[in-house]
Amino acid sequence: MSVPVLEIRNLHVDFKTRHGVLHALNGISFSIARGEVLGVVGESGAGKSLTGSAIIGLLEPPGHIAGGEIYLNGARIDGLDFESMRHIRGKKIGTIFQDPLTSLDPLFRVGEQLIETIRTHLPLDEKQARARAISLLADVGIPAPEKRIDAYPHEFSGGMRQRVVIALALAAEPDLVIADEPTTALDVSVQAQIIEVLKKLCRERGTAVMLITHDMGVIAETADRVAVMYAGRVAEIGPVRSVVQHPQHPYAQGLMGSIPPLDQHPSQLQQIEGSMPRLSAIPKGCAFHPRCPLVIDACHQTQPELRASGESFAACIRAGEAA
Amino acid sequence: MLAFILRRLMQSVLVLVVVVLLAFTMFRFVGDPVNQIVSLDTPAEQVAEVRKSLGLDDPVPVQIMRYLYHVVQFDFGISYQFRQPVVDLLAERAPATLELALMSSLISLLVGIPMGVYTALRRDGFFARLFQSISLIGVSLPTFLIGILLIYLFAVTLGWLPSFGRGQVVTVYGRWTTGFLTVSGLKALILPSITLGLYQMTLIMRLVRSEMLEVLRADHIKFARARGLTTHSIHFRHALKSTLVPVITIAGLQLGSIIAFAVITETVFQWPGMGALFLKAVQNVDIPIMAAYLMIISALFVSINMIVDLLYAFVDPRLRTTIKN
Repeated sequence: MSVPVLEIRNLHVDFKTRHGVLHALNGISFSIARGEVLGVVGESGAGKSLTGSAIIGLLEPPGHIAGGEIYLNGARIDGLDFESMRHIRGKKIGTIFQDPLTSLDPLFRVGEQLIETIRTHLPLDEKQARARAISLLADVGIPAPEKRIDAYPHEFSGGMRQRVVIALALAAEPDLVIADEPTTALDVSVQAQIIEVLKKLCRERGTAVMLITHDMGVIAETADRVAVMYAGRVAEIGPVRSVVQHPQHPYAQGLMGSIPPLDQHPSQLQQIEGSMPRLSAIPKGCAFHPRCPLVIDACHQTQPELRASGESFAACIRAGEAA
Repeated sequence: MLAFILRRLMQSVLVLVVVVLLAFTMFRFVGDPVNQIVSLDTPAEQVAEVRKSLGLDDPVPVQIMRYLYHVVQFDFGISYQFRQPVVDLLAERAPATLELALMSSLISLLVGIPMGVYTALRRDGFFARLFQSISLIGVSLPTFLIGILLIYLFAVTLGWLPSFGRGQVVTVYGRWTTGFLTVSGLKALILPSITLGLYQMTLIMRLVRSEMLEVLRADHIKFARARGLTTHSIHFRHALKSTLVPVITIAGLQLGSIIAFAVITETVFQWPGMGALFLKAVQNVDIPIMAAYLMIISALFVSINMIVDLLYAFVDPRLRTTIKN
């Protein structure tokens, strides 16, 4: 088996606060193969974006990696010094953030931003970098790129700006793209286009993608595998079809059950009772047990490890049992 | 762009007219200038004659119109106390004030901006904290006190620098007197320009610091980091440029107030500038000088404001479209 592009083993991220240490990520493990799209879903605060920040080494203090390992193409990258990590960011790992309206520097032409990024990572001169920038803009579907390259970000629409952001993330042909809710801030009609562009370009280049989103529709259409996160842990991970259609973990079951079906009109939308615990009050044992319909005594005691269940892996001692 | 400038010029003229009206209303309460000109035993007929010759017996609206009529021809009248044209008096003293203001602005920008950037980037460093504490002194101490303290330390105790005056000045281009070309002129500039610029410097430093801290948290800086740009480029290309947009406005307005508030510094250092002339004019109810000084200061403020707006558009492309339309 070839080495995965990204492998995370037992990653812990802590926040030191005045009221003690908060464990924001509690032993996350997953890997992404070359060309694969891994969807990461979960409620706000489950640790999705935090995982992304930890991978690129840009956790905001006081957040820090408290344990575990991160490998990129088999080489360990957690704990690298800032300068070595800088050469990985942008060059090996491209990142796309949620809000295209604020991701670009408003005071520089998009061309200047593209060329600066390209020349930071690739040994090209100004002219070659400009040519590359134009072809990148063409790749992401910006019409008349040789003209638009000299426009400022405010002269683009939201969808077009997110295309520019994608071009920036792909500027140096990274092996991995971390897309942190790339479509959340966009119109529904534009969302599909953006996902399509991202999917196409990454397939062509064999780029692995970690796609963080709330949108199960996007996941179902785009991802190869999906990881469901809950309270800083991976609750379930497996092939997208199996997780969406036959979720094994009760939380994943609840999540999938809460997607309203298109062909019926239920009088009431389904929801998971309660809300995710705050980081300062994660219950002992399985973090999901206070909300779990299948809870038994053992759930209060031990945090279950991921284990094979159906086609997926689920962190639940009653995995696979229907609610 | 041209339309924008023309529109702003029209507005500026309006502002200046309003300043004249306000000034005239105010001057009616500062005292009777005729009393300053005549002596106590001057006969009443002569007093009336002086009043008539100065046009002070006309109704106020007539006086204002007459004043405006002369002002548009750059005739600001004759000073009551010096019996000389106001234009000559101000022109003679303007170089002193402008050179002082220039030095103060340079000090406040060239020291204030780097200090602000430094304290933002090394937020918890020893020097950053030190600068922060010192800046508090600069913001809270009144100008005249700073001036007196500096005189006490560097002129009286150490004897390094002169405590008053402009030193040796050289006349260039006909009538402009400059202190930049002689050693004593430069030495004489140091203390007053520090005194005048210190407040602005600390203000700019604190403003740059807080703006920069804000910008460093912005999404586009986060994205710049995620793109692996060098720290140098992120701090000094991207973050600094965003920081300077709001700083330009404040710095521009501060330049105006540096000139306007030179009055105090000029008094402390007996600096022969327009501010000192203005103070003397107030004491002697010399209305032509007061009016002209107010006009000049407001004209300065108005033009600085316009330059700031244009600079804004130069730095921030988003505003260029606004100005074009």
